Amino acid sequence: MNPLAGYLLVAALLFAIGLAGALTRRNAILVLIGIELMLNAANLNLIAFWRYGPHPEALTGMMFAIFSIAVAAAEAAVGLGLVISIHRHAKTTDLDAMNRMKG
Amino acid sequence: MQEAISFTPQVAASGIAQILWLIPAVPIVASGVIALLKQPKRRTAATLAIGSLGFSLLLAMAAFGHVLAGWSHGAAVRETVNFTWIQFGSTNVDLGWVLDPLSAVMLVMVTFVGLLIFIYSTGYMAHDENFTRFFCFLSLFAGAMLGVVIANSLLLLFMCWELVGLTSYLLIGFWYFKPSAAAAAKKAFMTTRVGDVFFLLGIVWLFSGTGTLLFYNGGAGSMEATALGGLLAQHAGWGLTAAGAIGLLIFAGAAGKSGQFPLHVWLPDAMEGPTPVSALIHAATMVAAGVYLIARVYPLMSAGAQMHGGLLGTTTALTVVTWVGAFTAVFASLIAVAQNDIKRILAYSTVAQLGYMMAGLGMGGVAVGMFHLIAHAFFKALLFMGAGSVIHGAHEEQDVRKMGGLWSEMPWTFGTYAIGTLALCGVPILFSGFWSKDAILESAHGWTVSQIPYYMLVFGAVLTAFYMTRQVSYVFFGQWRGHGHAHESPKVMTTPLAILAFFAVALGAIGTPAWPWFRSFLNGVPAEGDLHAFAEPAWLMLLASSCVIVIVGIGLGWLLYGNKATNAEAPDVLEAAAPLPWKWLQDRLYMDELYGATVIAFYGWWAKVADWLDRRVWGGAVSAVAWLTGLGAELNRFLDANVVNGAFDKGCEELSTGGGLLSQIQSGRVQSYLRILALGIVALVAILIWSRV
Repeated sequence: MNPLAGYLLVAALLFAIGLAGALTRRNAILVLIGIELMLNAANLNLIAFWRYGPHPEALTGMMFAIFSIAVAAAEAAVGLGLVISIHRHAKTTDLDAMNRMKG
Repeated sequence: MQEAISFTPQVAASGIAQILWLIPAVPIVASGVIALLKQPKRRTAATLAIGSLGFSLLLAMAAFGHVLAGWSHGAAVRETVNFTWIQFGSTNVDLGWVLDPLSAVMLVMVTFVGLLIFIYSTGYMAHDENFTRFFCFLSLFAGAMLGVVIANSLLLLFMCWELVGLTSYLLIGFWYFKPSAAAAAKKAFMTTRVGDVFFLLGIVWLFSGTGTLLFYNGGAGSMEATALGGLLAQHAGWGLTAAGAIGLLIFAGAAGKSGQFPLHVWLPDAMEGPTPVSALIHAATMVAAGVYLIARVYPLMSAGAQMHGGLLGTTTALTVVTWVGAFTAVFASLIAVAQNDIKRILAYSTVAQLGYMMAGLGMGGVAVGMFHLIAHAFFKALLFMGAGSVIHGAHEEQDVRKMGGLWSEMPWTFGTYAIGTLALCGVPILFSGFWSKDAILESAHGWTVSQIPYYMLVFGAVLTAFYMTRQVSYVFFGQWRGHGHAHESPKVMTTPLAILAFFAVALGAIGTPAWPWFRSFLNGVPAEGDLHAFAEPAWLMLLASSCVIVIVGIGLGWLLYGNKATNAEAPDVLEAAAPLPWKWLQDRLYMDELYGATVIAFYGWWAKVADWLDRRVWGGAVSAVAWLTGLGAELNRFLDANVVNGAFDKGCEELSTGGGLLSQIQSGRVQSYLRILALGIVALVAILIWSRV
């Protein structure tokens, strides 16, 4: 088993944990944390494929990962902002209670 | 007897020729202004009409003086002003006006007689409520007629010709509330239209043959040698050259306007209009337009005539003109004998005299026909206005049998009327009618083709003297047989009569054989006085025959009618003697009935056919189409209501149900969405993996 497969397995595990968290948790903050986990699983894959890819000397994968982290940070900020805003209106962070956009 | 005419080539148009267009334009503008006036503005309307025509008369005098001055210097004046009216590609349609002896003479005659009749009308129409309308039409007529006179283009002439026809229609039907006047107006318009169709054909043919409709254009006009030579070279069939055929077509138009047989039927009926109209339009000017037209296109009519010792021979077109004119002269004179309406007698007399003019043109050339035209315009306008005065004085009575003894009641009218009558009869030496008729008889006597027209015209002259004597006897002599008390007309009516009477006598002085001033003037040759012409045996013979004609005609008339009639209901002397021919003549030789039985009956039948076709065939077809369309619409409605609507409603229902089902997925729970998303990803990954395997 080569190191790449190991990284990929860890990343897949991380993704699965994140997904499970995002789907099962009721607390919006915990769902956000799950999403962050899935994002970071993807970042791990990017770094792993770069490191064990054909051109490890070019810093492409790392650049990609850093961009992704930066975007994720922005996304987390927006997400937390939304959660706070919702909490102010609805006095709750329970996602199941937030069904006002039901068609 | 026709003399070859030579004119000096065109010189630059003088100032008076440049403004010649003002002569017709001023009365037309005046007519337009009068049309805008309100009905009570009588004085303004009359002033405008008379003022504008007076202005035209002054201009016409100036133009005449200019031509006269040129002629006395030995040069025949012919000045034209032409301009392009429309351009089609490389073809030009030109219009223009011409100042030559012919148009100058006509201008002075039309404006002068017209002015007198305008003045007379202010008296005659004084009590008519449509006084302003009358002067509007009269002014428009004068302008259009003057346009005919000055036109240097057959097209311009035709336009004015039709305008003249229109005003004639308007004025005959001036008292439109009388059904007979409305019918007469229609009849006049449609009968002249028959001639005009041929005239238009002639114009088109002339244009296609020569490429121009200008009469004179410095050598390039259609009445000049080059164009005529081209027309003579073409053959039109039936032994006619193109020139002859076009001449005949134009003559058909002239015959319609000038009341020549068989298109004369409208003219007697046209007497339904006010009497000044009869005098101006249907005696002096408009009906003379046909004669003037023939004089104007005389080079075309006489094209190809062989020269016989300095005199022109004849052509087919001129021969036809002669025969039609001579026949009309006799035909109309015969009818005039048996009429009882004072204006109708004069109307038939006009038809006959127009026949004389045509015959004069055909046999003697422009000068002979035109001299009779001018002389006739004066004495016939005089007679008509005299008749109007009589009608006015006799309380709107037109039947000569119900008049009588008016000579003492209406001395001025009687005196002037007598002069007009003597001029029309052609009483020798003193009266203009003698000299003009004499010239026609002289040329008929010398006509090379046949002597028959001469005898026809002599017979016509006897009849003329006879029926005029009959009329004067009935009207002015014997006992008063009418109702009420006759009275003399006002000065405004008798003064023009006196002036015209003066000219009816004096005009003869310019056309005697000893001093043929008029003929020389028209032909552009110097006039020379030669008293020996009076001593020539041929002329003395004609003088003698004229004396015999007049003595026989007037003598017979006086013998039969002089001071005889005492009772309005008593039968006519001739009627008692020969009832049947009298009836024929009184019924106008059944020309109207002939038209009624042929042309009008045919049109009636044709209208019925068209009506039937309209109602049954075309109407049926339209109905069938309408029914089919209705059927199609019904079918469409059924389809709409049941098929289209049903399908649409069903589709909408299904969509609504589907939407309802789908909307259940949209629970608003973010996590359930995410779950579906995750399931989708898993499914995608599974497909990806399996497709790789």
